[in-house]
Amino acid sequence: MTAATTTASTAAAPARQSALQAALQSRGLRKILVLAVAAAVLVPLAHAKWSSGTWPSDLTVDLNGPLGRTSDWIIDNRDSHPLFVYFLGHLSNAVVISVRAVYQLLLLLGWTGVTAGVTLVAWRVAGVRIAATALVSFAVSGVLDMWLPTMQTLALMIVAVVASVVVGALLGLAGGLSERLFKILRPVLDTMQVLPAFAYLLPVVLVFGIGVPAALLATVVYAAPPMARLTALGLRGADPGVLEAVTSLGATGRQRLLTARLPLARKELLLGLNQTIMMALSMAVIASMIGAAGLGDRVYQALASVDVGAALAAAVPIVLLAIVMDRTTAAAGERMGADAAPRGPKLLRGWYAWAGVAVLTVLATVAGRLAGSTIWPSGWTVAIARPVNDFKEWMVDHLYSGVPVVGGTADWAAHFTSWVLDPLRDGLTALPWWGALLIVAALAWLIGTWRTALTATLALAAIGVLGVWKPSMNTLSQVLAALAVTLVLGFGIGILAAGSKRLEAILRPVLDVMQTMPQFVYLIPVVALFAVGRAPAAAAAVVYALPAVIRITTQGLRQVDPGAMESARSLGATRWQTLRQVQLPLARPALLLAVNQGVVLVLAVVIIGGLVGGGALGYDVVTGLAKGDLALGLVAGVAIVCLGLMLDRVTQPTQRRTTGKGA
Amino acid sequence: MSRTRTRTRIRVAGAAALAGATLLALSGCGKADMTKQGSPFQAAGGQRSVTLSVQTWVGAQANVAVAKYLLEHELKYHVDTVQVDEIPAWDALSQGRVDAILEDWGHPDQEQRYVKDKKTITAGGGNGVTGHIGWWVPKYWADKHPDVTDWKNLNKYADQLRTSESGSKGQLMDGSPSYVTNDKALVKNLKLDYEVVFAGSEAAQITQIQQFAKQQKPFLTYWYEPQWLFNQVPMVEVKLPEYSDACAEKGKKDPDSIDCAYPTTPLQKFFNTEFAKGGSDAAAFLKNFHWTKENQNEVSEMIASKGMSADEAGKAWVEKHPEVWKKWLPKK
Repeated sequence: MTAATTTASTAAAPARQSALQAALQSRGLRKILVLAVAAAVLVPLAHAKWSSGTWPSDLTVDLNGPLGRTSDWIIDNRDSHPLFVYFLGHLSNAVVISVRAVYQLLLLLGWTGVTAGVTLVAWRVAGVRIAATALVSFAVSGVLDMWLPTMQTLALMIVAVVASVVVGALLGLAGGLSERLFKILRPVLDTMQVLPAFAYLLPVVLVFGIGVPAALLATVVYAAPPMARLTALGLRGADPGVLEAVTSLGATGRQRLLTARLPLARKELLLGLNQTIMMALSMAVIASMIGAAGLGDRVYQALASVDVGAALAAAVPIVLLAIVMDRTTAAAGERMGADAAPRGPKLLRGWYAWAGVAVLTVLATVAGRLAGSTIWPSGWTVAIARPVNDFKEWMVDHLYSGVPVVGGTADWAAHFTSWVLDPLRDGLTALPWWGALLIVAALAWLIGTWRTALTATLALAAIGVLGVWKPSMNTLSQVLAALAVTLVLGFGIGILAAGSKRLEAILRPVLDVMQTMPQFVYLIPVVALFAVGRAPAAAAAVVYALPAVIRITTQGLRQVDPGAMESARSLGATRWQTLRQVQLPLARPALLLAVNQGVVLVLAVVIIGGLVGGGALGYDVVTGLAKGDLALGLVAGVAIVCLGLMLDRVTQPTQRRTTGKGA
Repeated sequence: MSRTRTRTRIRVAGAAALAGATLLALSGCGKADMTKQGSPFQAAGGQRSVTLSVQTWVGAQANVAVAKYLLEHELKYHVDTVQVDEIPAWDALSQGRVDAILEDWGHPDQEQRYVKDKKTITAGGGNGVTGHIGWWVPKYWADKHPDVTDWKNLNKYADQLRTSESGSKGQLMDGSPSYVTNDKALVKNLKLDYEVVFAGSEAAQITQIQQFAKQQKPFLTYWYEPQWLFNQVPMVEVKLPEYSDACAEKGKKDPDSIDCAYPTTPLQKFFNTEFAKGGSDAAAFLKNFHWTKENQNEVSEMIASKGMSADEAGKAWVEKHPEVWKKWLPKK
């Protein structure tokens, strides 16, 4: 997710900004007038027909019946219908066989072989520092006594990433080569990414039953879109001059694709791979809810006995795996993108480097076998669960309440709930439905075109039609509150980090951990600190969304033309003036992207919020999964997508940016 | 340009055809039985193995911990455990992904579908523990206000139980969405000045209860027996209008009309039919598995508050109580 920022397309050129704004204002006035006229005609009509302020029940569609019948049909036909027996069953078998094969291979290599292999590959692809990180990471997962679960997760991840990359690349290839397919594909990819993973865990489980195949397929659905998007982006963005030249040399379509378009797009392809890996890993824990085994399962089981320490012990290897994979693929991408001339001694280049990696790995494997153990030696482990739990207790005891002057976290949570969340929720639920539609239409139209306004309004209307208006308004209030906190903190820290290289360096590992730490791990600490309710849900959302906002802000501010800042300074502007009048306006596109990413990421935590008392849509999705209620879970999931779509259109002023969540 | 576009289109169509052909080829190789797929991480090499489902509460973990230890050490099986919610676990049981559920709190719909209609699941009898759901308040608070243990007096105490989540009403805390609950209907039908606040997961609910107890604050919560948390935070049950079959019958037709307490449930075991009929030692052993609430709580507490892993706790209990489990082993 970190790399999201780099692909963000910039908005209108900064120089044109002020003129644009002026034009917008007069046009904005006209738009408001049109809307006001429309409202004057339509609102009395709506009011006369359905006088209530909440969404009229005449306008809802009840999906309980059809969805309930669908799930019954699946259960009754799963063991006999040809669709399952001849197609899905084979798919499921193929998944089990491939994951098993990879797992057996990893066990065969043993801890020495795996550690040596990964370290050497990282060294070959990304350099010494990252190789050292890899070495330490695998050692740590062994020391934490998590070797076997780590291998299970790794096996699942390898197969899931390969499958996601293949699926994503094929979709991306289609979208990159055909304009029409691209248009069809985009909304599909949007939905795949915004639909909360929990919502499709249930249908996947219905079809495949709990276990690895279901978990793997859910992961592919979640992780393939970035690959597809970036492949399409890379192919479409290829320099037309080069393509023209290749065509004039008489290359056929396929030759053009293989010799020019794909190589030109390799940077995007690698970025896609990087994003896919990160998304797949973030699913590792969620997928454990449907029996994926491995590290995620350890985290999930530790939660059942309210054991933060044990959850952390399993979460740390997930974080480390993510960091190693992210750094390795990112470094590979940078090297390729820079077209770097071959470096280092000749021995470390070309095929014999790879042969060397293979030989050394085999040697390490043999050494490990001779030494006796293929699994991490049980004597070399450290139990961290107890100290971590003690630390958590200590922290909670000292912060929960009664801290002099500032009050405890429980007091903050109570104030946040009654001063911010309650009024916001009550306001939104009391708002007549047509009023909400009008506000959204006006906001979206003012910053965008009539099309964005239409999409936003329709998305909101769809929520009403699905019959979940009230819980959705409740969820919306939580999302807005969490978003506000995230943006205030994120912009603040981002501005500070942009001004200080050292602060940025200190922040980097912290942000990495925050982004990759499975959200389940901070479920108990947030409850312990903020008491059950909507406040801990908001806290979890802030923790998850903050890193992306900080990063995008920092990067956006850094990229501001130094010339403009220099000239401002030479005119005698103070640092604060420069920031406010030059740097921030010029970084506007980046800041808007930060807002957008904030929206998407906060929405992604709504479900986790359901697990700590957030209620509303998140709770419905969780309930749907727990009770096998397809209608409840899926409808709530779709409502979350609609909220996301609406917020996206209301916060995104310019033409569509190229990528969505994470990609 | 137009030529290249046609060509592209042909190529895309070709790719689609190829993909279709691959699927056909895949499907050509015969039937795939979706009920016969274990975990890829299951022990290799023809070892006998059993898969048990674990639910999120610790009592269920205790059953599995002991069964797993005995299956592995006395009967030489390899045991896999899968953590799933209750309803998905039924589904998994019918598909053969899981061989046994050792503690079910009553799911009449699922029983009708899988045990009676499809016959893919076989009832395995009780596990010896009786479950009870109810409303509870902490003992330190009930000692000060003895009349709080009757639902008729609850409204008097509503303002003491207010939180920022429950607004102007008192808070009745509920837990995980997968648990059986009529609390919303009860609050409405008994005209109580309370708001049901769902903690959303048992982990969150336990954390909150511990937090309340640490500060000696009053609270009212949906909770159940047997549960290890009672050993840490002693609680007293609030009397609700007595449970009756007539009330349960009424509630079956309209869940919103329930106005009486929860029934007491002897907890049940369920097996995959093929596993149960297969005549294996494991099936015989699990059928015999039968212990008491005290036994279960002993294991639960080792897991939940003494920081032992489920495996360690299972071992510790087995070493201490041979007289209980010797009877479970199949007769040779």
